[in-house]
Amino acid sequence: MNKSEQESWDIEITPKNNLFDLKLKDVWHYRDLLILLVRRDFVAFYKQTILGPLWFFLQPLVTILLYNFVFANIAQISTGSIPAPVFYLAGTIIWNYFSDCLIKTSTVFKDNAAMLGKVYFPRLIMPLSIVLSNLIRFGVQFLLFLVMMAIYGVKGFPIHPNLYLLLFPLLIVLIAALGLGLGMMVSAVTTKYRDLSFVVSFGVPLLMYTTTVIYPLSTVQTKYPKYSWLIKYNPITVIIESFRKGFLGEGSFNWSLLGIACGAVFTILIVGAIVFNRVEKTFVDTV
Amino acid sequence: MATVIKVENLSKAYQLGNFGTGTVSRDLERFWARARGKEDPFLKIGEVNDRTKKGESDIVWSLKDINFEIEQGDAVGIIGRNGAGKSTLLKILSRVTSPTTGSVKIRGRVSSLLEVGTGFHPELSGKENIYLNGAILGMRRAEIKRKFDEIVDFAGVERYIDTPVKRYSSGMYVRLAFAVAAYLESEILVVDEVLAVGDAEFQKKCLGKMDDMSKGEGRTVLFVSHNMGAIMRLCSRAILLKNGSLNGYGSTSNIIDKYLRSDNDTSAIRKWDEISAPGDETVKLLEVYVHDEQYRPNESFDITTKVGITMKYKVLKETNIFTHGMNLFNSQGVNILNSHDVTSPIRKDKRKVGKYSSTMWIPGNFLSDGLINVGVAIFNQEPFYLHFQELDAVAFTVFDNLDVASARGNYVGEFPGIVRPILKWDTLSI
Repeated sequence: MNKSEQESWDIEITPKNNLFDLKLKDVWHYRDLLILLVRRDFVAFYKQTILGPLWFFLQPLVTILLYNFVFANIAQISTGSIPAPVFYLAGTIIWNYFSDCLIKTSTVFKDNAAMLGKVYFPRLIMPLSIVLSNLIRFGVQFLLFLVMMAIYGVKGFPIHPNLYLLLFPLLIVLIAALGLGLGMMVSAVTTKYRDLSFVVSFGVPLLMYTTTVIYPLSTVQTKYPKYSWLIKYNPITVIIESFRKGFLGEGSFNWSLLGIACGAVFTILIVGAIVFNRVEKTFVDTV
Repeated sequence: MATVIKVENLSKAYQLGNFGTGTVSRDLERFWARARGKEDPFLKIGEVNDRTKKGESDIVWSLKDINFEIEQGDAVGIIGRNGAGKSTLLKILSRVTSPTTGSVKIRGRVSSLLEVGTGFHPELSGKENIYLNGAILGMRRAEIKRKFDEIVDFAGVERYIDTPVKRYSSGMYVRLAFAVAAYLESEILVVDEVLAVGDAEFQKKCLGKMDDMSKGEGRTVLFVSHNMGAIMRLCSRAILLKNGSLNGYGSTSNIIDKYLRSDNDTSAIRKWDEISAPGDETVKLLEVYVHDEQYRPNESFDITTKVGITMKYKVLKETNIFTHGMNLFNSQGVNILNSHDVTSPIRKDKRKVGKYSSTMWIPGNFLSDGLINVGVAIFNQEPFYLHFQELDAVAFTVFDNLDVASARGNYVGEFPGIVRPILKWDTLSI
């Protein structure tokens, strides 16, 4: 055997990964698995339920009903000229997508330990499948949003879809990437120390109040001009506001804020992927 | 033949105990040591991984400095006691976890079957699970589609293919899962002890399939099992692990021999000096050993061969008649048999001072496979008086290499029973 042949190994198993080698080629090879996992999640979700896929609608509907009652009626928080239910729904579906991605991804190692401990496939497939199956859910809820938008539009409320609507795909990518990136960071830490998963489970619902799900940014800016930047620069706020601007015609939109949000989200995504990549090799021993 | 797997200085450390508040400070300490370019203070190489003894540090080396190479088309058995590091080695080879130090280089694709039905979803049908499981193991959809009929056929579950697998019997479940893995297009197959669940017929089929893979298709198979018969049948070479270290690598029969011997502290030969020898003022035991027909000491025997056990003793003063006895126990402590010397003529004579040797012969095809402990005794029968009885004097192993010569015929599954004689059967049409 000559030397060059001796050096040509297909797989080398060493103690540490190259941090920046995300093995995207491997991930591509396993794309069928990704699709099958998404399908599995979807089918398993409504097996042995009576309402089945209706649950996708029920959850946001009940949520906005409650928001409408508490925030619009009791607390009298203004939603501008937009009818409160549509306003809330726009924020809620985006927020739900983000928090579902984050919470599910942050426990991905723990939830799938049995499977990941027995067979190798690119670990990145798991979080990606979470993002994709939640995207289906988001899609269904988005349809609900469109229906509600149409109903209120026909009734004569001031709902004005406009060209900013074209930003929609970017917004979806951003919110998914943010949930995924943060989730991967948390998952990397929680393989060994579970503390952070408690923080996530009570912190994420609280985090919602620092974004503009239930109030418009303009209200905060007039009431708390000093601290409103905290909310203004939150990438989720930027995404929700841009979404409302495009579909409902009212929202604070600003290109530079969107640019900053893009930068922040992709930094988080890259850091998350690197941290995840570092942990995936040995998490089996500690999870 | 080309080397397809090359393992170099492979070690794997695990942390024992709980992860909690204490581990954070230690993680920081380790990080700080590494940042300064020093050695990790908690990875003390050199401590032996013996699960029965309490070590000094919480870090345990599950594998230590393993080196070996495997050539294409070899079927290699990996044997060792529980906790010897077999599963850790397989986990590293199948990339489920990574080593602490060292490396593994592999040529070709690896598919591993560490557990049957990984990722099977109980709600999904057999068909859907074939696709899902295949994809988890690295197959493309088109590849699975092409082999679908073969897989279903091999598993023998055609009737249930559209039924959710939660309705499957555990046997059907295993068959389906093994079938998927068996039809993977990979150059290297890694199999943990997963076949123990299936029935005998299916086990035989699986072993046959793995045999085909290595001998027929030139694929490399790594196989962990506690079933020495299966290893003997399938593998040409074997790796013996002991407390995380490589204890032997060579032809299967040599390695199995070594494993069975190393597994037990009592050897097949035991000698006593004058002081510690069992006995009384008239008779003292000198030596007990297990041997083959030519009186060559041996510790492991094929189930079909004759086993001799000899005890040598010294008569210190002229004495009345006495006789010899032996007790055999299996590894579960079951008393297989007791035998008193009722055949040798000398037992009827008064014994003169001097040395004597007494041998008991156990016919081939009589004992069951496994470890046999031997106790020896010398006693007077009338009135009963025990000169000595030495339990656990020696031990030996009987193995059944699954060829058709033993009482199991060509059945390869679990074969219980404390003895395994070939009995005469009369079967007639009536």
